[in-house]
Amino acid sequence: MNMAVMLLAALATLQKWLLQMPGELFSQIVSIIFIFLLLFSMFYGQRLQLRIWLNEIEGSLYKLKYLRDEGRRIAIEAIKEVGKPQTDPTPKVDRFLEYFTISPQSLDPVGIVWKLEHILDVRDARFKDEVKLLAPSADETQINNLENTLEAAMALNYIYKVIRHYFLLGKKTLSLYVIMQIQMILPLVMREAEAYASALKAFAYGQPIGDGVGALVAAKLMHGFPVRKVQKDCVVATVPLEGRTAYIIKAEGPGGNVGKPGDAIKTIIEENEGKIANIIMIDAALKLEGEEIGEVADGVGAAIGGPGVDQFKIEETILKYRIPINAVIIKEDIGDAVSPMRREIFEAADKAIERIRQLILERTREGDKVIICGVGNTIGIGQ
Amino acid sequence: MSKASSESSSTAKISSFALIAIIITLVVAIMALFNAVQAYLMGEVDVATILLIVGFIGVGACTYMLLQMRQRIIRLRIEMPPITTTIECRKCGFKTVREFQRGDYIFKEVEPCQKCNEKMLITAIYREVREKMKATFPF
Repeated sequence: MNMAVMLLAALATLQKWLLQMPGELFSQIVSIIFIFLLLFSMFYGQRLQLRIWLNEIEGSLYKLKYLRDEGRRIAIEAIKEVGKPQTDPTPKVDRFLEYFTISPQSLDPVGIVWKLEHILDVRDARFKDEVKLLAPSADETQINNLENTLEAAMALNYIYKVIRHYFLLGKKTLSLYVIMQIQMILPLVMREAEAYASALKAFAYGQPIGDGVGALVAAKLMHGFPVRKVQKDCVVATVPLEGRTAYIIKAEGPGGNVGKPGDAIKTIIEENEGKIANIIMIDAALKLEGEEIGEVADGVGAAIGGPGVDQFKIEETILKYRIPINAVIIKEDIGDAVSPMRREIFEAADKAIERIRQLILERTREGDKVIICGVGNTIGIGQ
Repeated sequence: MSKASSESSSTAKISSFALIAIIITLVVAIMALFNAVQAYLMGEVDVATILLIVGFIGVGACTYMLLQMRQRIIRLRIEMPPITTTIECRKCGFKTVREFQRGDYIFKEVEPCQKCNEKMLITAIYREVREKMKATFPF
């Protein structure tokens, strides 16, 4: 309060002084202030700009830190609730959040896909083992969901640490280029972080996410028909569709799982000795700004994301047997892909099924065999 | 756990020092506006103008900072829109919609139908997003 009284006294003195001041002196003071500001902006303008950018990054860092902490809290709570561990899982979760994967050396790119696949398999197996140890009472579906929750928390932790690194580096070096680059990409980074944050609860509760729309299409087509498991973590159902035999493939749900559609498609093609008339892949795809959410489009090629191992396998197999491949995509943005499925995306599944029927009628003959593969995380989607 | 909770709460909290500083600046800015009126009545137009500018800048800056603080707290929340589960009876078509419950998944068989006693099926789980006013573009 003393400070306020002092400020008010200073203001009263200023007013008194200004009232006694002749008009000429007053305009001279204003001119001096103006020249001072001009010189200041000439010599320190860039530094001031850097400070403004650093402040912006700091503000976003607060939010990233909050999201990281929330991710960690939600993951720990989910493990305690579902897994009922004997001891406090916090130290193990903290260790899990720091896990890393070193990608294979690419100086000699021959065979890199198989090396990458092996590394990813090891990573996957290790994650599953760790989650089983963290949550001993969880069943297979819950383990998959917890694994996804922890991966989202891991992503938030990593984003926070990288931005913090560049923020501190920029602050330390006052390098315009370090600070400018991070400030420019910050809106995109924040969008991604927010998407992961909304994914956390979806994964923890086992809710279907936008990325699962491909799996949803497959589930709608195969529901009610007998299913069998195929390598790896996938299911296939033989369904009569428009007078053709359709092999519908999706990852095994309802746990959070993407499976290995590449292996599953290869298995079905080899079981049929390559006599497959067409392959149709359905996946969620990132929309461009201005496009509608849930817009359905079709084209050619293997519609599958991820590190590229499955796409490579599919392309290798279809090339061997010269099988045409078509793709149906459902458009959504990054935030919708990992957060609970929006109504527009859910409804787009029926539009995609219509497009698949059309493609089958146009591209194949009666009695042909086709493979329909729904790609994506099948969390919250059974079969 | 406790460390994380305390950290996240400190992230979301408004600094009391910053709040006091804003309030003091606001009071001073309002005083400057009163003084500007006083100076104008005394015929000192130049002084009145300066005080008026100082006062308005002060009030504007304080309002902006208070709004920014409020926005920061709003931005820090992770919004979870309600998720609805649609349950349908495949035999008689009876349909119910309820809030999502842990363990729900699409094509899960749930409680028997109230009308025909046949097992019902979860046919949809989604969230509805109320779109904010979209900016209209000619393209």
